Parts: sequence; C-alpha cells; structure tokens
Amino acid sequence: MLMFWNGYALPTVIIVAQVVAIVVPLMLAVAYLTYAERKVLAAMQLRMGPNVVGWWGLLQPIADGLKLLTKETVIPSGANRLLFVAAPMLSFILALVAWAVIPFSAGMVLANINVGVLYLFAISSLGVYGIVVAGWASNSKYAFLGALRSAAQMVSYEVSIGFVIVTVIMCAGSMNLSKIVEAQKHVWFFIPLFPMFIVFFISGLAETNRTPFDLAEGESELVAGYFVEYSSMTFALFYLGEYANMILISAMTAVLFLGGWLPPIDIAPLNWIPGPVWFALKIAVGLFFFLWARATLPRYRYDQLMRLGWKVFLPFSLLWVALTAGVLVYGGLV
Amino acid sequence: MPEQQIKNLTMNFGPQHPAAHGVLRLVLEMDGEVVERADPHIGLLHRGTEKLIEYKTYLQAVPYFDRLDYVAPMNQEHAFALATERLLGLKVPARGQYIRVLYCEIGRLLNHLLNVTTFAIDIGAITPALWGFEEREVLMEFYERASGARLHAAYFRPGGVHQDLPAGLLDDIHKYCGRLPKVIDDLENLLTENRIFKQRTVDIGIVDRKDALDWGFSGPMLRASGVAWDLRKQQPYDTYADFDFDVPIGKTGDCYARYLVRMEEMRQSLRIIRQACEKMPGGPVVTDDRKVAPPPRAEMKRSMEALIHHFKLYTEGYHVPAGETYAAVEAPKGEFGVYLVADGSNKPYRCKIRAPGFAHLSSLDFQSKGHMLADAVAIIGSMDIVFGEIDR
Repeated sequence: MLMFWNGYALPTVIIVAQVVAIVVPLMLAVAYLTYAERKVLAAMQLRMGPNVVGWWGLLQPIADGLKLLTKETVIPSGANRLLFVAAPMLSFILALVAWAVIPFSAGMVLANINVGVLYLFAISSLGVYGIVVAGWASNSKYAFLGALRSAAQMVSYEVSIGFVIVTVIMCAGSMNLSKIVEAQKHVWFFIPLFPMFIVFFISGLAETNRTPFDLAEGESELVAGYFVEYSSMTFALFYLGEYANMILISAMTAVLFLGGWLPPIDIAPLNWIPGPVWFALKIAVGLFFFLWARATLPRYRYDQLMRLGWKVFLPFSLLWVALTAGVLVYGGLV
Repeated sequence: MPEQQIKNLTMNFGPQHPAAHGVLRLVLEMDGEVVERADPHIGLLHRGTEKLIEYKTYLQAVPYFDRLDYVAPMNQEHAFALATERLLGLKVPARGQYIRVLYCEIGRLLNHLLNVTTFAIDIGAITPALWGFEEREVLMEFYERASGARLHAAYFRPGGVHQDLPAGLLDDIHKYCGRLPKVIDDLENLLTENRIFKQRTVDIGIVDRKDALDWGFSGPMLRASGVAWDLRKQQPYDTYADFDFDVPIGKTGDCYARYLVRMEEMRQSLRIIRQACEKMPGGPVVTDDRKVAPPPRAEMKRSMEALIHHFKLYTEGYHVPAGETYAAVEAPKGEFGVYLVADGSNKPYRCKIRAPGFAHLSSLDFQSKGHMLADAVAIIGSMDIVFGEIDR
C-alpha cells in the first residue's frame, strides 16, 4: 500500500497539482489577453474599449466566458457531429499540452525533457489538425476554404520555424529548453541571430493565424473561416486555443531568443526580481507586438503568403543555418 | 472507370457577408481560390423610389434622394434640385449656390472617408475605419447644424437651400479644414506606402481607359483609369466655376489608383470648402419666387398673400411647366443624374435616376475574372458601391 502510495499516487497528485498550477494561470492569462487586446486596439483606434463590466471593464472577459457557456451549441445539419465537436477540443488541448516543457524559471518546468524543442515543434504541427477537421466537419464552403488556407499556411511556416530553431539549437548546443535559456547567460540569442529572430516572430504570426496572416479566418473574405459554423463553448475553445497559442509563441520567442527567465543584465537590482516575472514580462512584450501588428497591418492574400513563406523565409533561414554552422565550426565556438 | 468531372465551386457571397457593402449578393463560380465568374444579384434594397416620386409633389420627392446614396445625401438632392430648377427656369441666389457647393464637398468628404476606410477593412486593416469614422462624426454634425438631420437632410430644395446657416457654423467648418489634413496624412501613413496594402491593391482589377468608358464608369473610377472627366470642371453647375481646385487623375486604373484618386479628392474638397467659407456672400439662400419657395415666417403673420402661398406650397405644391431635362452632378461616386419629365402638374411625370454605382457594379465580373477571392473583395471595396442608389 505504502509502495503504491509513494510510487504512483503521490507523483500523480503532484503532477496534477503542477498541471493545475500551469493551466489555471494560463487560462486567466488568455482571458486577460483578450481584454488587453481590446484595450490596446481601442487605444490605437481612438476608442475606449471595454469599460462597463467591472472596474475599467476588468470583468469583461469573465462576462464573455459566462455568456458563451450559457449559449446553445448549434451543430449544422450536414455536419459530421463527432468531428465537429472533437475539433475544437483538439485545438484547445494541443494549445495547452505544449506548456508542459516551457521553463518558467530555473528548474521550474513540468517536464524537463532533453528534446523539449522537438516536443514543442511536434505539438504545434499537430495544431493544424484541429483547424482542418473543423473546416471539413462543418460542411460549409467558407469553413472549408478557411481550413484549406490554414493548413497550407501552417505547414509552410512550420518549415522556416524549424530552421530558425535549428540555428538556436546549434548555438545553444542542446534541445533542452532550460539549457537553451542558460546558454543565453552572457548574450541573448536575438542579438547574434537578429534576422532569425525576425523570421521567427513573423512565422509565429503566421503560425497562430494572426494579422497580417489571418486569412484562415479572414473576416472580409471568409467571414470567420474555419470556425464560421461554431457557436457557444465550441467557439470559445477555438478562441481560447488561438490565444493560448499566441502566448505560447511569445513564450517560445522569450525562451529561444530573449533569454527566458534571465534578467537583461545580471546585476544587483535586476537579478532580485524572480525569474518568472522576467519571463512574463518578455511574453507580454511579445504579445504587445502581436496586437500592434493587428492594429496596423492589412492582410496578405493567399498566394502572397505562400510566396513569402517558401520563396523568402525558407531560403533565407536555410542560408542562415549554413552561415551559423560555418561560424560556429570555423570560429571554434563549438 | 468513368471520366472524372471537375466541378467548379459555386459560392454564395452575401447578402449577409461582411464585405458585401450592404446587401450585395454575389454568386461566385470558383476554381479553388480563383474567381471564374462573379454574378452580382441586386434588388434586395429595391424600394421603388422612381415610381414613388411620380406620386409625390416636387418638394416631397426631395427626401427620397437622401435615401439613395445615404453616405453623401445632399449630393443626390442637388441633382434633383438642379433638374427642377431647370424646368422652372429658376435662378438660385449666390449664397444658396455657395452653401450647396460647400455641403456637396462635405458630402464628398463623408463619402470618401467611408469608402477609403472600409476599403482598408476589406483589405484587412481595421484601424483606418475607426479613425475615419471619428471625422465623419464631425462632418455629420455640420450637416446637422445646417439642416437638423445628420443623414436624411432634405436641405437642398428646388430654388436654393431650406434655411440659412446658423451663426458661427462657417467659422467652425473653416477651422475644421485645418484639422482634417492631419487625419488624411495619418490614413496615408497607414496605407499608401504599406507594402502589404500595395501588394493587395496594385494591379488588381485593372480597367483601362477604353473599358472604363465602355462600361459607363464615372467619378473616381473613371478618373483612376486616366480619363480627365469631372462634371464640376467640364460642365460647372452652381458656382463651381468660381472655385480653384484640381482634378486628380490616376494612371493605372487598378484598385490602388482608385484609392489614390479618392485620397487626393479629399484634399481638393478641403480646398473648395476653405474657399467657400472665405468667399461666402451674403443675401438670401433661396429664391424669392413665392410660387416655389415658401415665404419667411414673419411675412406670413402679416400678409394674407404670403399665408396663401404657404398653404398652397405645402398642400398642392407647385406646378412645373411641361418639359423634360437631364441634370447631372459629380456625386462622390460618379455622375449622378436625374432625368425629369414634367407634364405641367404638381408631380413629376417620370423621374429616372442614374446611379453611378450601378454601372460600376455591372463591371464586377469583368474586373474580377481570374483574380482570387480576396481580390474580388478588394475590387468590390474599391468600386464604392452603396445599395441605396443601385437598387433605388
């Protein structure tokens, strides 16, 4: 009995507690990211943003969530019911499980695996399934076109993200995310790898279907794209998944390029601030750029997006991989 | 095995589509993302305006024109007022004409601000619309201060305008002319040199000079194709001949050229507005022909004849001598014309309305063939269609 308790039950309880400790703040962060988005957009567009529910509209995301919970889930008559309901769940779950390997501070990570980067990469590649399945199962032409666009887009940008990550791995000499952060103790990778940092961030916009690459849900063309038929909590799950993915891409940017939980300079007042705070700050900066892009930029057309992905980013990142490898080998830095 | 048949994807675009600009319904035949055929279906906002006008007196017909292109209402009223005045042989006092020019140009600003910014929304940029609508709000307040209504003004009437401008309004409009260019600059900062915006609009929906004329284009659509034709210059009506302004001409005839033409037209409109505020003469704003325009209220209290005139004008209306005429104005969207047939009674015998948007929309298939779905949306946005006037 004791052995069962010590061997299985206790670790399970601890892991569940850790999962809850990650997911609950994450969900809150998602909710308040929608609030931040609305406020930031409002400020850029000479508006007020939400300001009625709660102080400065602070309860607005909660109210929105409650509203969606109480709504009816409409399933279109021609839809494949099973897949139609499964797709948003898939999207949402994949957006959450990726967080298992993100290090919040030294040693503060749920699964400190040595192939953390590969895990992240695999999970984010799976994300496209939720969208494709949703678009197909809805039995709507708009949703179908949205799903096609999104599948093509995510696959194309995954490739250049892959090469960006390869350069980072080469510089860090490890695929463990905590080790990658620690390798940036002296200089954050975005300084030597600045072009790749830009490529990564732009590809991240494409990966999360955000402006200017939001043509999977392009409002003025496909109305809402792949989730046009979704309502209520199924819709909310897509939404939560999308925003969780935004935070994830920002977290990846922070880990890979901005020194994760490390302070900018390792001196007295700065290194008193705990690591998770630095990490959260860096994520927030990344997210602000997501929102800024949304307020500023128009949307790419489908073929232009593909051209940018395959003809610009891919050769460019490939070249940088070779260049970085060359510098590392001949500069004797390995 | 039977031969595989590849069927085009037929999509129903609108009338509830966010980029349908009202109630446009398009049946799109698509090969993947490429539009093979775009078939616009209209009539969802048909109200029978032309027929209704045949049963209303000339004065009662005026508000119908507000409801055609409801983005720039007074410009439509202008065409009807000009047609009626031509049949009546009326002369409008100078102040009335200047006020009309002033408000026509405010209407042009209202229209172009709406079109350019919603065009940006169609391309995917959401911020310009909110900046533009802030300014439209100010301009509509100028409408309200003159006519009492923000939208359906019924302000330009045969014989002049309904009432004089309230004190201080001209100063405020003049002051505002100094503020708007800054906003236009901001919009241009966001759009004009934006790479994505240019990639989405340059070489999209090209209409060359000949095609533009063949399809009956007018206004910015025609000028973007390189035809220097503006009724304000070519056939000046009211006092447009007194104003100093340029007519911007595009070269390429694509969506981008149309956008540029509209942006420049806004600046030129501001020039006209500024001049109108500075040159505004005094005197009456409406003709003193008591058979057409009602007498002032004070006069009615003293003169029996004035009271009778008032009663007759607001019950029977005035009789227009038999004849026919075509009056066209350079509305913001293009040549807006009214073909008016009078039979000597107090109601028009026929009132045919020529809406510029109708001709533009009819070329949608021609313009969007072979482009992608997103381009078709951009083309619709650049055509500046409003269903009030297309469906009438």
